[in-house]
Amino acid sequence: MRRCLVVDDSRVIRKVARRILEDMRFEIEEAGDGLEALQACRRQMPDAILLDWTMPVMTGIDFLRQLRQEPGGDKPTVVFCTTENDVERISEAIKAGADEYMMKPFDGDILHSKFAEAGLIDAH
Amino acid sequence: MLTEAEFAIVAREVKTRSGAVLTKDLAGACEARLTPLSRREGFSSVSEMLSAARIRPDGQLYAAISDALAQSETRFFRDKANFARLRSEIIPQAIQRRGHERIRIWSAAAATGQEPYSIAMTIEELRSQDHTIAAEIIASDMSERLITKARAGLYTQFEVQRGLPIRTLIAHFEKSGDLWRISDRLRANVRFEQHNLLKHPGTLGQFDIIFCCHVLNAFDEATRLATFQRLADALSPEGVIVLGAGEAVPEGVEGLVVEDGVVRKTSARKAA
Repeated sequence: MRRCLVVDDSRVIRKVARRILEDMRFEIEEAGDGLEALQACRRQMPDAILLDWTMPVMTGIDFLRQLRQEPGGDKPTVVFCTTENDVERISEAIKAGADEYMMKPFDGDILHSKFAEAGLIDAH
Repeated sequence: MLTEAEFAIVAREVKTRSGAVLTKDLAGACEARLTPLSRREGFSSVSEMLSAARIRPDGQLYAAISDALAQSETRFFRDKANFARLRSEIIPQAIQRRGHERIRIWSAAAATGQEPYSIAMTIEELRSQDHTIAAEIIASDMSERLITKARAGLYTQFEVQRGLPIRTLIAHFEKSGDLWRISDRLRANVRFEQHNLLKHPGTLGQFDIIFCCHVLNAFDEATRLATFQRLADALSPEGVIVLGAGEAVPEGVEGLVVEDGVVRKTSARKAA
């Protein structure tokens, strides 16, 4: 089973994402900020990362830049999941190594669509 | 909930005006979709609106009811395999046939425009790979309401996140308040027309490629057959009809052949 790390400081968002992703047959690990996420990745690189932008301790974009420097850090497919919806922010995320970008609020259909765009699941 | 008699009237009007067959299990959904219209028109309920429609001689209210129930479920790059094939095979073959002439593409049930704009984005992508493509995209729908939205090219954040890769979104759209607006260049590439598939598309001309996805399955067999025949008649020699995933050409349509999953105008029809 493929593993997805859900990184968000909101427990509610993590719970919603977990429910949808488990239906998509992902094994889920959670992190509440970028630093926790980085530690989780150093233990075991996931196949996919669903990543919030604004979080305490370490932001999503800082985590992503750091992740891509780590051994094996180029492997996880990273999908941003954030309220940031300006073109400049989206471009910044892509430049930092994001594979896809999802703007909150989202539903199961959008999450499914974005994971398909990122090549993590088959398109429907 | 609509009564059986009320639902029968709605189903009859929708079938007459759009060809779509409403089955009884949709009675609840029909009422939900007609409630906003009944409020806008000043009625206290959908039932009251239907009573008024029955005695209004100009048929305008029935037309509005049919329009409110028009199929609008769509998304960008719906049926991705179709667009992959459009890019790799269907457009290059059309260019080969046409030479320097422009190719003509018809999105026959365009709803709110996601399909024709996806076609336009596909052509833009091919142009960026050094293909010289002269193309005209005509997009039609029977609903003026849907065509007006499509023409505006404005989409909600939910709409642009269904089917559009993020790089495609930022390449072709810009933020407009809370909405996303498709680029003027792409909007200029698509011409929107109101057209009912129950009528012959004679004035729209002949096409090299016709997209007709996820609409004909809502028609009964006879209407579907007649509509396919009209589409076949609007197809240039060796032109292609693109259908939605899981859709097929009904038996009895003259002039079409399915080759390797592609619906193509036959050479026999070409000679006729």
